[in-house]
Amino acid sequence: MAGEADARVAVETVWRIESARLIAGLARMVRDVGLAEDLAQDALLAALGRWPQSGVPDNPGAWLMATAKNRAIDLMRRDATFQRKGEELAREVGIQFAMERADFEAALEDEVGDDLLGLMFICCHPLLSPAARVALTLRLLGGLSTAEIARAFLAPEQTVAQRLVRAKRTLRDAKVPFEVPSGSALRARLPSVLEVIYLVFNEGYAASSGEDWIRPALCEEALRLGRVLAELLPGEPEAHGLIALLEIQASRSSARLGPGGEPVLLLDQDRSRWDPLLIVRGRAALQRAEALPGPLGPYGLQAAIAACHAQALRAEDTDWIKIAALYDALSQLTPSAIVELNRAVALGMAFGPEAGLELIDRIAGVPALRGYHLLPSVRGDLLAKLGRGAEAGAEFRRAASLTANERERALLERRVTEVEGRRQGSCGP
Amino acid sequence: MRFMMFMYPGIEEEDWTPSADDVAAMSRYNEELRKAGMLLALDGLHPPAEGARVSFDDRGTTVTDGPFAEAKEVIGGYWLIQARSKQEAVEWASRCPGENCTIEVRRVFEMEDFPQDVQEAAELG
Repeated sequence: MAGEADARVAVETVWRIESARLIAGLARMVRDVGLAEDLAQDALLAALGRWPQSGVPDNPGAWLMATAKNRAIDLMRRDATFQRKGEELAREVGIQFAMERADFEAALEDEVGDDLLGLMFICCHPLLSPAARVALTLRLLGGLSTAEIARAFLAPEQTVAQRLVRAKRTLRDAKVPFEVPSGSALRARLPSVLEVIYLVFNEGYAASSGEDWIRPALCEEALRLGRVLAELLPGEPEAHGLIALLEIQASRSSARLGPGGEPVLLLDQDRSRWDPLLIVRGRAALQRAEALPGPLGPYGLQAAIAACHAQALRAEDTDWIKIAALYDALSQLTPSAIVELNRAVALGMAFGPEAGLELIDRIAGVPALRGYHLLPSVRGDLLAKLGRGAEAGAEFRRAASLTANERERALLERRVTEVEGRRQGSCGP
Repeated sequence: MRFMMFMYPGIEEEDWTPSADDVAAMSRYNEELRKAGMLLALDGLHPPAEGARVSFDDRGTTVTDGPFAEAKEVIGGYWLIQARSKQEAVEWASRCPGENCTIEVRRVFEMEDFPQDVQEAAELG
């Protein structure tokens, strides 16, 4: 029994490694992602039936591909016999041709890469909702099971299963071509792919408890996909910008939670816990983005900001003037109230609290920030630095009433006592 | 999780420098790892004869320069990879175009693997 269990694990391990390339290669042939996944699954079942006795073949990827291709040919022949539609016949001929051409082992590396890219773009197609894109990407490119995806997103398995089925049907019904968009179409579709990888990362990163293995695994999967994408699109600055941002954010993962699981603010983190290898990798990716023609995009700019923090050995060494300038560029590229809020913090650090306060007061009325606890929290901080303790206390109190996070509320209430205590207790300068 | 893959080549030190063919095959393998998004770092090492050993015992610290007579298993290089399980790391190790060598796969400790008191002892701040 142990031998059989081992064999099963061996097959599943190979599947994890090979499934994306397998599904991608099949999708190019059959032009239907759902069908490609079914064929790949059939090949997996065949392997589970066979390998425990025969052992894992030398080139398991090629074995799975050959098995799936044979299934595809059978299926298409039957399909054509039953339906005798011109389109189907043409499709079969096309498939036969593609199959003769596409000996998996001999396939040019470029082709495998193109297939993977095609799969990434179709999984992240704008026709699909962000949640569906994320689920489909994790399923088809990450090789995660429906149960694992459900666990990662704290959603019922049934919901995720339905989401996947619907996504594949949507793509089929819309006859979305399996291809890598080129030129301006690629530039237009790339943000959707980058966003999905970023969402996967954040889902793992936002977890406050490290006990569940699936959530750190999401961060790692996002890093992996980001690296794969940057290898496949070496000329796209934002692909490098995204992976630079993720590597540097991931470098802080051991430092960003306190012993009780409470979040530790960036400036209060023990920087000796930051992972130097990931910082080096992130900076190298950022340099690749910067070396390409054109200015940095939103991910590249965020990576550059993260790199400024990573570069400072102590929080007080941070180059806030540079960070303020980067936020300025970011706010011109993707104007948002949150970016402005961050810019106000940077301005306050770089040029003194008045500069930050001036910007805060300009954006205070923005509807997107109404009820957002960080607005009064940042304002309170700037006021406290100016020695306006009473006003600062009021802001912190307001921030405390707005946050849903217990730990954050405690922190803010402590600040209320701090600033109001200082006002009463000390009359000095 | 991260894994170190240590390469122990089964060769004498005088044959340490690999051939162009070996390097080409290894480069293809490294490229596969990179394209799969798993490769974090890798290096090949000069032979131990050019290195040194620093040992510590109750008498203090002793530095011994290579070559070392009793060296049986010597590390020729390493890969640091990200993998989802030990099995996955082992599967990747077994795809290495190796001949007459051993690859040892070891999981890297992450800070979270340590108990709280050890984590706190690691803090500098």
